[in-house]
Amino acid sequence: MDYRPEVIERLTELWEGRDKGILKGSPELYNRYRAEAFTEFLRLGIPDRKNEAYKYTNLEKSFGYRYEKYFSPRPDDFREAERFHCEVEDLDVWNMVLLNGFFPRGDEGLAMLPGGIWVGSMRAAAKQFPSLVEKHYNRYAQNEKDGLVPLNTALATDGLFLYAPKNTVYTKPIQIVNLLHTTQDIFSQDRNLVVVEEGAQMSLLVCDHAISPQHYLTNTVTEVYVGRNARFEIIRVQNQHNDSGKITHTFIHQERDSYASSNNITLHGGLVRNATWHRLNGENAETHSYGLFLADKHQHIANFVKVDHAAPNCNSTQLFKGVLDENATGAFNGRIMVHKDAQKTNAYQSNNNIILSDTARMDTKPQLEIYADDVKCSHGATVGQLDENALFYLRSRGIDAREAKLMLMFGFAHDVIKNISIEALRERIDHLVLQRLRGELSRCASCAIQCN
Amino acid sequence: MQSEFLLQIKDLKASIDNKEILRGLTLEVKPGEIHAIMGPNGSGKSTLANVLTGREIATVTAGTVTFEGKNLLEMSPEDRAREGIFLSFQYPIEIPGVSMVNFMKTAINEQRKHRGLEPLSASEFLRQMREKKELVEIDSALTNRSVNEGFSGGEKKKNEIFQMAMLEPRLALLDETDSGLDIDALRIVANGVNKIRRPDTSVIVITHYQRLLDYIVPDYVHVLYDGRIVRSGGPELALKLEERGYDWIRKEADVSEETWTTDRK
Ligand SMILES: Nc1ncnc2c1ncn2[C@@H]1O[C@H](COP(=O)(O)OP(=O)(O)OP(=O)(O)O)[C@@H](O)[C@H]1O
Ligand SMILES: [Mg+2]
Repeated sequence: MDYRPEVIERLTELWEGRDKGILKGSPELYNRYRAEAFTEFLRLGIPDRKNEAYKYTNLEKSFGYRYEKYFSPRPDDFREAERFHCEVEDLDVWNMVLLNGFFPRGDEGLAMLPGGIWVGSMRAAAKQFPSLVEKHYNRYAQNEKDGLVPLNTALATDGLFLYAPKNTVYTKPIQIVNLLHTTQDIFSQDRNLVVVEEGAQMSLLVCDHAISPQHYLTNTVTEVYVGRNARFEIIRVQNQHNDSGKITHTFIHQERDSYASSNNITLHGGLVRNATWHRLNGENAETHSYGLFLADKHQHIANFVKVDHAAPNCNSTQLFKGVLDENATGAFNGRIMVHKDAQKTNAYQSNNNIILSDTARMDTKPQLEIYADDVKCSHGATVGQLDENALFYLRSRGIDAREAKLMLMFGFAHDVIKNISIEALRERIDHLVLQRLRGELSRCASCAIQCN
Repeated sequence: MQSEFLLQIKDLKASIDNKEILRGLTLEVKPGEIHAIMGPNGSGKSTLANVLTGREIATVTAGTVTFEGKNLLEMSPEDRAREGIFLSFQYPIEIPGVSMVNFMKTAINEQRKHRGLEPLSASEFLRQMREKKELVEIDSALTNRSVNEGFSGGEKKKNEIFQMAMLEPRLALLDETDSGLDIDALRIVANGVNKIRRPDTSVIVITHYQRLLDYIVPDYVHVLYDGRIVRSGGPELALKLEERGYDWIRKEADVSEETWTTDRK
């Protein structure tokens, strides 16, 4: 039986009571798009496997669940969240803890970091930078048959706003620790906007931690504008649990001479789908999309990437890797689109996966659409086991089989991690991945709340 | 029961895909001895090295192998290494993402654990790395990379000997360590082996060329032909092979095989 009509009915109720309910006090700047978006959502629905981009991903496990609470956390949850200690926390970063995508102190104004970068809630941004928000909000997110994007536009209540004005440089990474913590099963949506203006530079680290055992589903939309000659890096570390669902849609729009890189490290999650869209909108821009996941049990991890070469002389790479054990399933769908006048495009894509059990499964699908003629494009995908020869080589030096396998998996994973530009962060993530491979990383291991 | 032999191989037979590659091989090595094994391509030299180190490409169908009196064939590859067997691979494997440093540290400490020793301190480990690097004149940059990744053929071979220097085995099997080395590198590697050796370290050198044996002077030279040692002698045998090739061995061996099979009937 189709689980979706009931879910849509619940969401429609929410929609109808929005002004007194979840969207109470929401700025007009965001509200003006909502009605059209909701209609669009109703038209497109919740994607099923007939949708090419969701061919290998069944959302029912997450969307079919009956959540007790939609969208807004309780004040109590915030208090507990503040006691959380993130594994990556002692890094030299500017750090902020959000709860299910929301700011603990709600409508407080934006904060300015040294160097002139602004950070705060979307609600605050609408008050403080209305014309900037108007210029960028909802400009880069594309629906393309995915109803979850308009669902977010229609009903997301708040999220993170980051703004690096022209030529501002903040050398430390900005870390957002996004906690999933609540006493009720919850479906939440956050909507984020990052604007990196001409010549500005920013690195953003987003750590998603589930710290309570409830069922979660998060549907996140993040729009990023990277101006001329600007530089932006985003690293996501997703550490959740088997009953959590995490759907992200990240739209990175780049102007000429800009650089952007995205790295999704999925350590743990019941159902995770990261969609990363890169649009190279001006000449001579460079973009990188990286991803790594480690999955076991009945987890499903999907990565969807689209790199849109809309201007000539741009370079792009996609490197995604997965390690799957037990009954885990994974999917990679990597698209490269080269527009007619995007000559001298260099586009590279690689997807490599290691399967450790007979029951794990990986589907990988490259899709290339090339309309220019002077283009260098390459893609390759592998799904295989650990290299027996390498395994033997390590064992022949006295390293036991278990440790040798671990070293190989780690080496495989490190290939993605090494692309993170911040050394301290690279080391920390290496360490987290190693812990995960050793089976030492759990929801409770990194939690100061000690609930059991 | 302490045997006078470090390694004893008796009538060893091994097959790959039901094809018998080692066909009754016997070889005994005492502590401190150097044995050279020569023989035409495909005669089973690397297969012997694989069987001794536990690589499951070939299946042992008959015979025994003991190492310091222990049944080697029952041990896992890692246990053989921990007992002191080291193979310098004919084709060293590239392992992207695994750093040389981490690889060596893990290998040394696992071997030390096996011997009931504490892990090496970081400074002692680095000191040894430095010292052994000098011994085989290996470029420091190489040990900062992933295992063998992007190394040239010669660099890979040097790296094998570097690992041997770090692990200090009781028995080293050098499978064509000389091939792919330029003349200087050959000298460095061969002298490296001599410097690493302690008086009781045994070495089995598999090679096609007499040249290596000018540096690493063997006590015995064996000819492996079609899965069996068909002739053994001193260093002069290597010279004779260099001069005359394998044809004469082939003729003799084929004759003796007939006699041998007839005898067995
Ligand atoms: N993995 C394998 N699968 C099938 N046959 C194999 C395999 N490895 C070795 N053989 C076969 O076993 C035989 C012996 O090979 P081996 O590598 O031991 O020879 P070798 O004496 O080391 O030769 P070379 O001097 O060329 O290194 C050859 O006929 C070879 O083709
Ligand atoms: Mg060989």
